[in-house]
Amino acid sequence: MLSTIVQNLLNALQWGSFYALIALGYSLVYGVLLLINFAHGDVFMVGAYIGFFVATFLLTQAAGLPGWVVLAVTIPATMALTAVVGVTLERVAYRPLRRKGANRLYVVITALMAGLILEHGNLALLGASRKKFPELINEVVYTVGGVSFTNLKIAVILAALVVFVLLHFIVTRTKIGMAMRAISYDKFAVPLMGIPIDTVIVFTFILGSSMAGLAGVLFAMSYPVLEPYMGALIGWKAFIAAVVGGIGDIRGAFVGGFLLGAVEILVVAFFPSTFRDLIAFTVLLVILSLKPTGLFGVAKTTKI
Amino acid sequence: MRRSWILAGTLGLALAAPAWAADTIKIGFNIPMTGDIPKVGESSKYAAEMLREDVNSKGGLKVGDKTYKLEFIYEDNESKAESAVTTALKLIEQDEVLAIVGPNSSKQAVPAGQVCDDNETPMISPWSTNPDTTKDRPWVFRAAFLDPFQGPVAVDFATKTFQAKTAAVIYDLSNDYSKGLAEIFKADFEKKHGAGSVVAFESHGTKDQDFSAQLTKIIAAKPDFIFVPDNYNQVALIVKQAHNLGWTGPFMGSDAWGSAELMELCGDDCKGHYFSTHYAAAGATGATKEFIERYQAKYGYTPDDVAALTWDATRIVLQAIQDTGGLTGDLDKDRKAVRDAMAGIKEFDGITGKMRFDEQGDPIKCAVVVKINDQGEFVFTESVCP
Repeated sequence: MLSTIVQNLLNALQWGSFYALIALGYSLVYGVLLLINFAHGDVFMVGAYIGFFVATFLLTQAAGLPGWVVLAVTIPATMALTAVVGVTLERVAYRPLRRKGANRLYVVITALMAGLILEHGNLALLGASRKKFPELINEVVYTVGGVSFTNLKIAVILAALVVFVLLHFIVTRTKIGMAMRAISYDKFAVPLMGIPIDTVIVFTFILGSSMAGLAGVLFAMSYPVLEPYMGALIGWKAFIAAVVGGIGDIRGAFVGGFLLGAVEILVVAFFPSTFRDLIAFTVLLVILSLKPTGLFGVAKTTKI
Repeated sequence: MRRSWILAGTLGLALAAPAWAADTIKIGFNIPMTGDIPKVGESSKYAAEMLREDVNSKGGLKVGDKTYKLEFIYEDNESKAESAVTTALKLIEQDEVLAIVGPNSSKQAVPAGQVCDDNETPMISPWSTNPDTTKDRPWVFRAAFLDPFQGPVAVDFATKTFQAKTAAVIYDLSNDYSKGLAEIFKADFEKKHGAGSVVAFESHGTKDQDFSAQLTKIIAAKPDFIFVPDNYNQVALIVKQAHNLGWTGPFMGSDAWGSAELMELCGDDCKGHYFSTHYAAAGATGATKEFIERYQAKYGYTPDDVAALTWDATRIVLQAIQDTGGLTGDLDKDRKAVRDAMAGIKEFDGITGKMRFDEQGDPIKCAVVVKINDQGEFVFTESVCP
């Protein structure tokens, strides 16, 4: 019984890691721009595909390279390229609207459309056939006292924790982090203090998108079947996780992500799996109705 | 204003289109070319194209004393139930097809069957195995065996081959096919091994990618094997995750495993496991062998069961059209004649085996169980006939 519980907790940590890594992108952008970047789930999908292409390219062009070297190159390359996608989105879709002073509602709709364009652009370019992510590292299954885990599972969980510590440090302890927080307080006063607002926004998108890229590679390694719609559902759920955690707060994104992962997995563990989403989202609804701003959120009056 | 003119123009063209095609027979294909199982749609389309080229290169299809060219219209149902319905309606009303082949999955074939039956258009599903597709629908037929037959085949095979006393099932809750087959399997297994012998019965959603919670539960229940009546794309994830959670026992699959894409997605994890299906490509003889070789030469891979069944289903339609003895040109009358002719086919010698049809429009035919060998081929292991 104990081993089953530990096993489920490990499963929950792995699954929650993906929610957390994606939720982070929602939270960062919302924290700075008060914009719900609904394209983020699809940026994650693009990240997984970029990872796929980088890895396959390396495997075919530089055959004989050991898997871990390929992986070591794939991860930073994917993060960089996904960041480019995120920044491009910001430049092409969001910045023009911001310049024109459009209402946030229109920017959110633009984000939704940008997400759909990414999905269907992928479908048109690469076709509907699924892609199989190559095996870069040899997955080893360890069994300790009835609990089975793989090296990859541990790596995913560790990666999520490292990312959390790193981002928390950037946002709370660095100058650019301070600028990010400042913009979320007052978008109009900050430029007057000589802070380059566009640079900070671009930096935010780089951070969020590169984490989505990292999540994409790790996800593709854990669940090696890629398809154009893979980011949609997980993106939505990660958004919910970010809201439950308190959107705009990095701790909230992580706690919300792991919470959603844990609830989903534990519901299946103790109830019939048929009720998974029903119970999982009821729990989240209860949390939100008790604490509408999320676990780490602070109530803010909106300025109109 | 201008846009509405363009709209009116296209509409006019679309309405005018059927008038040009006087000496052709139009058959619609309601198949998934995008969505969850695009390979299934591709297989169907490729097999049908091969058949169309065959017939048209010989001058066309002779019906009565007139020869018609075949025109096949392929419409994508995105592997969704609601799109399958609109696709069926489009084929019936806008394209004015004589008969419809597809949809393939029961998830789409069950609702689309209702549409075709209501609109009195003959429909034949190549791959759907859920009983509801044709049940009490005189206009709907199929080329595949049924799940009430397939379920017991899997039970008996697993009992014999794995000496199984207990089983676990993981299935897709939102998929008529998967859910139906899982329930049939459970009922039959418990009938043969006593109540409670299915030690875990777990479900998941169509878009799910993580099955670790369900699999942890299944593995903790220590079944002798796991039955996975799921589509091939999910099979690839389920089998891999089960191995990562320490499962080393056997899997038994169903005919939805049998896509040409299974091995590409699943790789080594699927090797050594078994599934029940419609035909085995490795070791085929006669007309089946000829079909496999031609398909392979044309498209570069071994045709899966969907391709073979589409070939059979489309040939059944063509035979029914020929059996009418002549078309009148009046669509409603012709559809009725084709339906009656199709219902009148007593025995059909297809490449997936000989089939007889019962009064529900369902074929009575054999199933095979194949093993996935180390080269990733589906090797014939056993044939089970009703």
